[in-house]
Amino acid sequence: MQFIPISYYLIFCSVLFCIGVIGVLIKRNALLILMSVELMINSINLLLAAFSTYLNDPAGQIFVFFIMVVAAAEVAIGLAIIVVIYRTTHSIDIDVLNKLKW
Amino acid sequence: MFTKYIFFFLSTVALYSAIMVLLSRKPIHSVLYLTLTFFAIAGHYILLNAQFLAVVHVIVYAGAIMVLFLFTVMLLNLNKEEVSPKPVWIKIVAIIAGCLLMIVLIGIFRGYDIAIEKDPALTQIGLVKNLGQVLYKQYLLPFELASILFLTAMVGAVLLGKKEQI
Repeated sequence: MQFIPISYYLIFCSVLFCIGVIGVLIKRNALLILMSVELMINSINLLLAAFSTYLNDPAGQIFVFFIMVVAAAEVAIGLAIIVVIYRTTHSIDIDVLNKLKW
Repeated sequence: MFTKYIFFFLSTVALYSAIMVLLSRKPIHSVLYLTLTFFAIAGHYILLNAQFLAVVHVIVYAGAIMVLFLFTVMLLNLNKEEVSPKPVWIKIVAIIAGCLLMIVLIGIFRGYDIAIEKDPALTQIGLVKNLGQVLYKQYLLPFELASILFLTAMVGAVLLGKKEQI
């Protein structure tokens, strides 16, 4: 057994994903929440690429490419929204943004 | 055997810096640790012989997204500690919930394995030549739609960033 078992990648990516989940739950700063979301997206990307390589199927890597495209667009728009929020409320604390709360 | 050591080294770096993203007090340190995580993940891509993805990952994440984050932190002068962090009990509950999710996921995936025909480090599918063939033949329409998505995102970002009200 020369190569790394796929379960190593599965466990590594699960731990990385859970760190992202914990980050979304414990942070109040909108910027840090966006960064935690990026962590989660990255763990999923790596897992897709690992399975694509192990199953010898290029479709997985194409999907990773498209996920990166969407993630880049998401970050651009998300940061623009954060800038607008900062301009209007002078804070990026998400608990300030409770106007839409029922 | 050697690849295993590289795998463990890269995983340790990635996990350590991911945890430090959450633990650092200043946002700018979080951004820099996140960059380190992204570089470690790029190393993982190279280990999987997905060279195209590794290069795209470094360009998109370390080159574009991290610069955006750094610009936002620096231009808005956000590099302060959180004024009112969440109460401790919420943090404890969140960490317990996250760890439970992690235990469930590891319990599911432990011992899972697939039959591999050949060494994944020797597969050729991750090279630019082969991925280009697939991307421009099978996935041409999604590729063009992605460019429209980028155009929309660009227009939206400019519109949101404008000073005067719309």
